[in-house]
Amino acid sequence: MNADRTSSESNIPSGSIAAALVAAAIGCFAVSALALLADAYASLGHLMTFYAPTGPLSGVTTTAIGIWLGSWAVLSWSWQRRSIPLGKISALALLLLGLGFLLSFPPLGEFLQGR
Amino acid sequence: MQMSIREIITALHGMGWGGLVLLAFSGALVEIYRLCTPERSAPLTSVEHKRLRAYLIVMAVVAWGAVLSGAYVVYPWYRARPTAVVTDYAEYAQRSLVANPTTAGWHNLGMEWKEHVAWFVPIAITMVAYVFTRLGADLAKHRQVRNTVLAFTVAAFFAAGIAGTLGALINKKAPVQGGAIVTLSGENK
Repeated sequence: MNADRTSSESNIPSGSIAAALVAAAIGCFAVSALALLADAYASLGHLMTFYAPTGPLSGVTTTAIGIWLGSWAVLSWSWQRRSIPLGKISALALLLLGLGFLLSFPPLGEFLQGR
Repeated sequence: MQMSIREIITALHGMGWGGLVLLAFSGALVEIYRLCTPERSAPLTSVEHKRLRAYLIVMAVVAWGAVLSGAYVVYPWYRARPTAVVTDYAEYAQRSLVANPTTAGWHNLGMEWKEHVAWFVPIAITMVAYVFTRLGADLAKHRQVRNTVLAFTVAAFFAAGIAGTLGALINKKAPVQGGAIVTLSGENK
């Protein structure tokens, strides 16, 4: 039974794993990118205020979570049963994660906004 | 010995949820590193596999608890706006920090970074838990995936460290205060 289970797990299409990796990176990048945009454009910051006591952070994070879960669902569906090059996908995921980290650093955000 | 309700809940957010997440990283990193070095480590037994899967799922739940309690319970108290007649900012942590040029950076850099980078943690750990649940011990056979999973775990640890450290330091500079007073021991005088 263990052998059967191991065999079936080995045959999991790389698409579902690739989708999870890329979507998580997109989610992290979206948090930083939306925070930067909400800070740069007051109208967007106002739009992102889903819950007044928390301010724009509520909309930024809720929207980023929506983008993360939405991209995960779309990529999982698009890549199901497909063999995805995991090397390139991993590099893309790490690149997006790194960019997300950089953009989250406030001095860089202020620099990009020309402050 | 007394604490206000806000102080107690802020402590539960930081030292409860946040502290648990940071502690959990030690176990997660050791086990994922073990998976990433199959040539030097013994493979996971089925019991260890089940235990690690449960560990990562619980860790993701705790990470979500940390960011949600922070954003929707503690942060509103931190960023509360005083009315025009208020001159004592003791219960308005953000305003108290930005009112003084020597402490403004704790909000402008510290809180601005912490409040966003903290969200990387639950997103990354949820992905790690999902990938481990799908691949299980087979994760060791997928070099690129296991290295990416380890990189995300390290990045999430780094993000949790930033959020936790800045949170503790900001709360030291301008504690979240207010609400009903709870007597923890001794008598009211």
